[in-house]
Amino acid sequence: MSGSGEPKIRIRGLHKAFGDKRVLRGVDLDVGAGESVVVIGGSGTGKSVAVKCALGIVEPDRGSILIDGVESVALRGVAREAVNARMGMLFQGGALFDSLPVWENVAFGLVAAGQHTRREAKPVALETLAQVGLGPEVGDLMPAELSGGMQKRVALARAIAARPDIVFFDEPTTGLDPIMADVINDLIVECVRELGATALSITHDMASVRKIADRIAMLHEGRIVWSGPVSEIDESGNDFVDQFIHGRASGPIRMAVRR
Amino acid sequence: MNPLAAIGRAFLALLEAIGRLVLFSLAAVTHIVRPPFYPRVLLRQMVDIGYYSLPVVALTTLFSGMVLALQSHTGFARFSAEGAVAGVVALSITRELAPVLAGLMVAGRVGASMAAELGTMRVTEQIDALSTLSTHPMKYLVAPRILAGFAMLPPLVLIGDVIGIFGGYIVGIYKLDFSPGAYIDQTWRFIEVRDVVSGLVKAAAFGFLVSLMGCYHGYRSAGGAQGVGRAATSAVVSSAILILVFNYVITELFFAK
Repeated sequence: MSGSGEPKIRIRGLHKAFGDKRVLRGVDLDVGAGESVVVIGGSGTGKSVAVKCALGIVEPDRGSILIDGVESVALRGVAREAVNARMGMLFQGGALFDSLPVWENVAFGLVAAGQHTRREAKPVALETLAQVGLGPEVGDLMPAELSGGMQKRVALARAIAARPDIVFFDEPTTGLDPIMADVINDLIVECVRELGATALSITHDMASVRKIADRIAMLHEGRIVWSGPVSEIDESGNDFVDQFIHGRASGPIRMAVRR
Repeated sequence: MNPLAAIGRAFLALLEAIGRLVLFSLAAVTHIVRPPFYPRVLLRQMVDIGYYSLPVVALTTLFSGMVLALQSHTGFARFSAEGAVAGVVALSITRELAPVLAGLMVAGRVGASMAAELGTMRVTEQIDALSTLSTHPMKYLVAPRILAGFAMLPPLVLIGDVIGIFGGYIVGIYKLDFSPGAYIDQTWRFIEVRDVVSGLVKAAAFGFLVSLMGCYHGYRSAGGAQGVGRAATSAVVSSAILILVFNYVITELFFAK
């Protein structure tokens, strides 16, 4: 954890079940201010659910999520919007609004939060697009006209446009070729550094993990089973981590058939 | 399996579904009246529901008016009451056919598309993305659609009234040999303000219901492409049933002796 004092995000005893399926079974995780933590784990282990709990999209059954020391679980309405206004999120599939042109997607949060009028927000959106390597001509295109890599860049631009304190990245390189994945990783590192933001990412792409993480936490069966600096990942001494990072079929991790 | 338990479970599931729908409706209505408002989204929905539904509503009411004139003439000719054709066409169109047919057509066109659009937004996490961008999805997606449906069906039905009566007029003049003056005179003599108003009240109610069901099923969609398809089907079927039920209820309120 870089910086002193209380962590930027403190998750304690987070539980969430969907029907009989207990996805999170007591997640404990700290993310320090300005730190980039990557949560790794197999598909269906609850990584996305944990992040959605932090954003208030999914309500946990129990547990605590402190953002800057303030409890954010069960926040509603204006209070939730105020917390979310300080966060950005890059969704796995981009989640761009396909009825709006690219620049309006990027400007959406700025206008919604009342930071800018629609007219004022356009130059800011184009500037943010430039930050992720996209020219102003892209601004007027519709998301459906973009390639997967460009959509991810636009989604990244939307996530950072309001200059958030905390940015969440959900599988940022899924579905991209290795070169485009590396470009996105570089952009993430660059943007987070430039913003001075705290980043919490979830992925199972180890190349991405090694590039963007300061610290890694491994989630398995709804709990964090190992956590440590990225430099220690190859000598973790943890069987779950070893199996995961080497992509071995045999080991303590049994892949879930159902989500 | 105990049959009583199965019936009890089905009944509880029905109550749960009704409760969910009522809560969704209340939430939607409260979001309509509380700021922030999204006039651009509302305008886009009004154009989509009102303007783009016009051709289908116009064609439906036109041919309904035409066939109604033909059929009622066949029936009334047996009692030498052909003169009532114009009045029957006007009353049937304004009170029943224009609102019900417009409602059903809009349910097929707009209700299904709303459910599919919102369903796709749900499964592609666009609705979640709205929440992360300081925007309440109910307020941005659902409230403008419901308000647009409620506001645009009455003018659509009013146009349908005119076109439907015009359809009857065409058949009356060119096929059944009515004199134009007599046909128009008969129409004016039969029709009352209450007939048109009842049709417009129905239209507003149907517009609300169609948008509500489209949004409800789309918003709650789950399970990928299949779920989106199911949401669109459920939106159309439930809207159609509710339109027919509420048509009876509103008719009873306006015309029961």
